[in-house]
Amino acid sequence: MNMADALHTFLAESRALLQEMEEALLKLENDPADPDAVHAVFRAAHTIKGSAGLFGLDHIVDFTHEAESVLDRARGGEMALDDELTGLLLECSDHLGRLLDIAADGAEPDEDDAAHGAALTRRLAVYLERFGEGEQLPVETGAAEPRIDSAGPGPDGVENCAWHISLRFGRDVLRNGMDPMSFIRYLATFGEIVHVVTLPDAMPPAAEMDPECCYLGFEIRFRTDADKARIESAFDFVREDSAIRILPPGCRIGDYLELIESLPEDTTRLGEILVGCGAITPRELDEMLAIQEAQGGEKDEEGRPPLGEMFVQENVVQPEVVDAALARQKEVRGRQAQDSKFLRVHADKLDNLINLVGELVIANSGLGMLAARNKDGATMEAVSGVARLVEDIRDSTMRLRLVEIGETFNRFRRVVRDVSKETGKEIELVIQGGDTELDKTMVDRIGDPLTHLVRNAVDHGIEAAEVRAGRGKPAKGTVWLNAYHESGGIVIEVADDGGGLDQDAILAKAQARGVVAEGDELTDAQVWNLIFEPGFSTVDRVSNLSGRGVGMDVVKRAIEALRGTVGIESHAGRGTTFRIRLPLSMAIIDGFLMSVAAAHYVVPLELVLECVELPAGEGDADNRNYLNLRGEVLPLLRLKEHFALEGERTGRRRNVVVVQWAGRKAGLLVDELKGQLQAVIKPLGRVFSGLRGISGSTILGSGEVALVLDVPVLLEQAVQKEDYVAAQRIKSSRENVRVARTETADQ
Amino acid sequence: MELRPKKGKGAAGRYRLEGELTIYTANDDREALLKALDGPDELEWNLAGITEMDTAGAQLLILAKREAAAGTKTLVFTEHSAAAVEAIELLNLAGHLGDPLVLTGKEKTT
Repeated sequence: MNMADALHTFLAESRALLQEMEEALLKLENDPADPDAVHAVFRAAHTIKGSAGLFGLDHIVDFTHEAESVLDRARGGEMALDDELTGLLLECSDHLGRLLDIAADGAEPDEDDAAHGAALTRRLAVYLERFGEGEQLPVETGAAEPRIDSAGPGPDGVENCAWHISLRFGRDVLRNGMDPMSFIRYLATFGEIVHVVTLPDAMPPAAEMDPECCYLGFEIRFRTDADKARIESAFDFVREDSAIRILPPGCRIGDYLELIESLPEDTTRLGEILVGCGAITPRELDEMLAIQEAQGGEKDEEGRPPLGEMFVQENVVQPEVVDAALARQKEVRGRQAQDSKFLRVHADKLDNLINLVGELVIANSGLGMLAARNKDGATMEAVSGVARLVEDIRDSTMRLRLVEIGETFNRFRRVVRDVSKETGKEIELVIQGGDTELDKTMVDRIGDPLTHLVRNAVDHGIEAAEVRAGRGKPAKGTVWLNAYHESGGIVIEVADDGGGLDQDAILAKAQARGVVAEGDELTDAQVWNLIFEPGFSTVDRVSNLSGRGVGMDVVKRAIEALRGTVGIESHAGRGTTFRIRLPLSMAIIDGFLMSVAAAHYVVPLELVLECVELPAGEGDADNRNYLNLRGEVLPLLRLKEHFALEGERTGRRRNVVVVQWAGRKAGLLVDELKGQLQAVIKPLGRVFSGLRGISGSTILGSGEVALVLDVPVLLEQAVQKEDYVAAQRIKSSRENVRVARTETADQ
Repeated sequence: MELRPKKGKGAAGRYRLEGELTIYTANDDREALLKALDGPDELEWNLAGITEMDTAGAQLLILAKREAAAGTKTLVFTEHSAAAVEAIELLNLAGHLGDPLVLTGKEKTT
């Protein structure tokens, strides 16, 4: 595994940890004393910090460190996690997420981010100070985790207030025209260098030593009023290939231990150096060595350095320290065991597999066709056996990509919390169907539209408490997130029990914008759909939450890009439901093949309700666009006319394929029914991006190309056409009446 | 940097370092300094002529010291110039180089 891969893993893990941290923090808001949650938050921060250090992501390490220090105190029960602190920690977790994003891009945080981080750090420091004031004494008397801070022993306690900077410059730093000395000189411009230790240990023997390489390492005690960002900025030019660690004043032993372990030099030597430059006391070094020993386990004692031994002999090691170390080690082991249950696979590999399965499907259907043509029964049987297996492989492969949507849903607890805090509304988020699975890419891409809908629901949907009370509703608003499977797709609902959409306001706005002509009769659904028009907003004030230029049209487009649809159901005074329908997967589907005028078309099998023969005479008469199906009137879409196909009609009878999507039905008039097949959907090229009604293509076993019909769009078109024709008919009949009336009047 | 052997009686192993001891000259300096280590067991390098010294230079001095120690020779730096003292002070190498004379040098310049 190279560094880039490792970094990737680190980012993925850290994001998962942040997620846990956030969930735990939200839990803490309701139950501030929950020890499990406090531990979860601490563990997340600690692990992220530790791993970030491995990658030299010092800004993350430094930032996390502050949060960790606060959490550590909370963990020990020394500091209460009140609402304010939880909120602050949530902000910190957000900032960490941002830092991770930046790290993922391989960039460095810009000034804004650094300033934001510094501001958060300052606020955290306030908590630490508040804590420090009253309770400095117990620290020294040797609690389970002794701290190195101002209360440390020794006459010059001030010295311990200094920062500790550990520098290992990249080998090429000199060649690149930068002199480590100048960095130290620069540090001295905004602080006092208390002590410097230069470590030449890394320098090879003279024969191998390249005088243009920098082999020296530096441990610096530095006293300054500047913040971490300022110190860090000193090393901006060398940060990339250098290992720079900055420990703020008042670090715990564990931090120094981590520092020592992360450095290349020998532990004891470093320990002595740290003692030498006043970072730690000999007693503390002793404890560090003890912890190391506990962690190192079976290493032989002979190898122990004399200094360490001496201290170990002189001072009895505190058993709690060892216990703590052992517990941590156990925890790490447990986590490793859990990890082994999952396999981290690169998404590309999975996609490749799915592609191959797709090709296999095509190849196999070619084989089946050949066998059928040769009327070779035995081969056909064998092929169908293979086909069944291929189908199973396809299903399990597709399932590999499926993830539960619950994780995405849980993110919204935070959104709802923040928005309800901002708006001062009390809102509960109810999540249902979190275990519904859908494609990973979709889960990733549905997040933003969902966020928008949830924000809208909280900001605009739920009324203020007084209004709610007036309407006889509970003061606490409810927002539902619901997911379930329905006819080969997944439905995600965002619902609220608020006031519902304001039909009049929407209509007025639409008329003002000229989207709708005055006097147009619109159905409820048509009115609701107006809010998806670009730039449409009925709210005049631009609140902090919505109205930031991301309109509902963007939501709709994002959903359509996933081949999904969004519908609205709204009842005045009772609430609004946004219903998003998405196809289950995007790559391979069970399709139904049919032909029209020698061209092949495929519809997803789940959408097909039934196939019927077009009754003689039915539909032929006046090119009617509707069909009487056992007394039910359905729109009928004549594919030949719809796509303006010129080929000859094939087959004797004409068939109607009845399809259903989102509760709407329509008949598709085709020539021949060819039966079901597994279709590997290939996207259409950019040239066809404007094509409506076709969502992709697939290759048949015979090598011919079939187009995949976009049923939702076709349904819409069929309904529109029917509406149009009906309107025309009504219009003409009205005119007839008028004509008749005039005629009567004339007489 | 130039290495000038001292002349006169008992001058073997005594050199005077002249010029800059920096990254720009580091490659040549290394060769020159290592060569200068060949000689009697008692070596003395006079640093008074060092006009400039950076991390690369300091690194070379550390290397020279270490090489000398490895060959069980004693290498002493004397009469540090201001530039040398500044660098050695900044990196806090006085203790490491273990030259009592460094301190003398420092006293001289300050």
